[in-house]
Amino acid sequence: MPSFPGGGKHVRAISNELHPCLFGWLLGLCAGQLERGFCMSGDGRLLGFWYVLPYLLGLLIFTAIPFLGSLYLSFTDYRLMQGANYIGLENYTDILTSDRTFNRSFSVTMIYVLITVPLKLAFALFIAGILNSKLKGIGFFRTAYYVPSILGGSIAVAVLWRYMFADTGLINMMLTGIGFESVNWFGNPGTALFTITLLRLWQFGSAMVIFLAALQSIDKSLYEAAAIDGAKPWRAFFAITLPLLTPVIFFNLIMQMVQAFQEFNGPYVITQGGPLKSTYLLPLYIYEVAFKKFEMGYASAIAWVLFAVIMVLTLIAFWSSKHWVYYAGDKRS
Amino acid sequence: MSDGILHAEAIENAERLLAVQKRRETVSLAIRYTILTIVGLIMLYPLIWLIGASFKTNSEIFAGAGFMPQSPTMDGYAKGWETSTPYTFGRFFWNTFLIIAPKTIFTVISCTAVAYGFARFEFPGKKILFASLIATLLLPNVVTRIPQYLLFRDLGWLDTYLPLWVPSAFAGDAFFVFMLLQFLRAIPRDMEEAARVDGANSFQTLIYVVVPMLVPAMISVALFQFMWTMNDFLGPLIYVSSVDKFPVSLALKLSIDTAEAFEWNRILAMSVLTLLPSLVVFFLAQKYFVEGISAGGVKG
Repeated sequence: MPSFPGGGKHVRAISNELHPCLFGWLLGLCAGQLERGFCMSGDGRLLGFWYVLPYLLGLLIFTAIPFLGSLYLSFTDYRLMQGANYIGLENYTDILTSDRTFNRSFSVTMIYVLITVPLKLAFALFIAGILNSKLKGIGFFRTAYYVPSILGGSIAVAVLWRYMFADTGLINMMLTGIGFESVNWFGNPGTALFTITLLRLWQFGSAMVIFLAALQSIDKSLYEAAAIDGAKPWRAFFAITLPLLTPVIFFNLIMQMVQAFQEFNGPYVITQGGPLKSTYLLPLYIYEVAFKKFEMGYASAIAWVLFAVIMVLTLIAFWSSKHWVYYAGDKRS
Repeated sequence: MSDGILHAEAIENAERLLAVQKRRETVSLAIRYTILTIVGLIMLYPLIWLIGASFKTNSEIFAGAGFMPQSPTMDGYAKGWETSTPYTFGRFFWNTFLIIAPKTIFTVISCTAVAYGFARFEFPGKKILFASLIATLLLPNVVTRIPQYLLFRDLGWLDTYLPLWVPSAFAGDAFFVFMLLQFLRAIPRDMEEAARVDGANSFQTLIYVVVPMLVPAMISVALFQFMWTMNDFLGPLIYVSSVDKFPVSLALKLSIDTAEAFEWNRILAMSVLTLLPSLVVFFLAQKYFVEGISAGGVKG
């Protein structure tokens, strides 16, 4: 999710709405909502419907039908130019029991997500906290930190990363310059994964801008009251700032997670998934099975496993959010 | 007398406390600036180095960590522009533009209409449609990509830009609908109601009343779509296969895969050019956002 300077207000509004709406939707309240939707239009006006029609058509043609289509494909042995035979759960049992590439790819993906998402959020919050004071040049720093988020997805930046971490690249020259030995970044699994992790962390600006907007909207009188009561700054941070930020943290967490699971450009260009598949994230694997080998049934099954993982983690986040996300002036259950 | 001494002591104490507090604030400020500057330098140095290195000779690029070229040369730009394909980078920029322009226009029009429908009308199924909008925000594209590809193949759209254009005409990016919706909600309905009383239909109201107020938001939608599409790699990678139709992202990938890979300055120079439009647009977008939000505040 890209963000934009000053746009935090809107993003926060999304996060407030996202929470109850999606939760209800996911828990199968569709039927109830559909009914209520139909009852609401007492006068039977369909005017608004015509404006929304493009979205509805797009939803059906480009999202809903492909969504179900890939579920169907995942139960077949479909290959491009060949027919599809229904093979039941075979793809899934293959993936989960005998596909070593999947195993490797899955664990690398989990490591990648579990490292990048918390670190990126923590760093974004830390810098936003520093920026959130009467500093001169705050606009300049905000812009400087935001630029990598704008450019980070570009192939050009991935190319830059490749040269930076090359054997005689910028990073190694700096290391040798201060007396360290140069590192063969792309030569061993740990450091190769580190380079693509760093590329994602480098783009912490979008999350930071959202945090900053949220921090700036916190009522200053709360801190004054806390100070009068003798609360130390760190106490005020944990008792005021953090609780009021939880909706935004929640929003950033979900968005960053969904994105991190889909990272493709970085590993594809920088490391090509190697060495020893140490940066072979699942989207790379899916891409190669689907569009290089054209085994689209099998690729769909992998995509659905990935989707299930994202869904489960999202649901855990939603369920747990009842205990840690605080909505000011809101009595949502 | 003792009262006077006490009084003087109290003032002295207070002054000392104030001085301590001031010093603490100064130290805290210094620490903040130091962290911000160091982090900022680390963040931006790769980009600064990239720009510097694009003017270096090949032998110099991997010879030192500094960014200032010893003997600046435009060689990388001149030769990189020619590429190892029969086409110049100009062709690839033009292709990128051909992808971006319709996509951006379609996005702005369709998302505005849809956001207007959601914000200003009640209709059957609105709630579930709205919920689906939120759900698509979270739906990973990876699940729908393969059937979409098969659909576009059956339509005969492979190796054209249609798979990249058409979904945007159907408000394909839920995020933008959301953004416009938030702007719309902040705009009071008085003017629209006045227009309706004067006999304008809903479409006229949209065009003559809502759109003028929504222009800043629409511009930011356009600028964001521009930057996303500029960076998009996987879409063209899947759908565009002829080199003469490549956008810059694919062309750049092609150049690092071919023999050109050893002509570092050419690739770095083309990387700079690839990033340039997004950078320029970003600085424009920043201005527009500030203006858009303050204008909305005045009108709202």
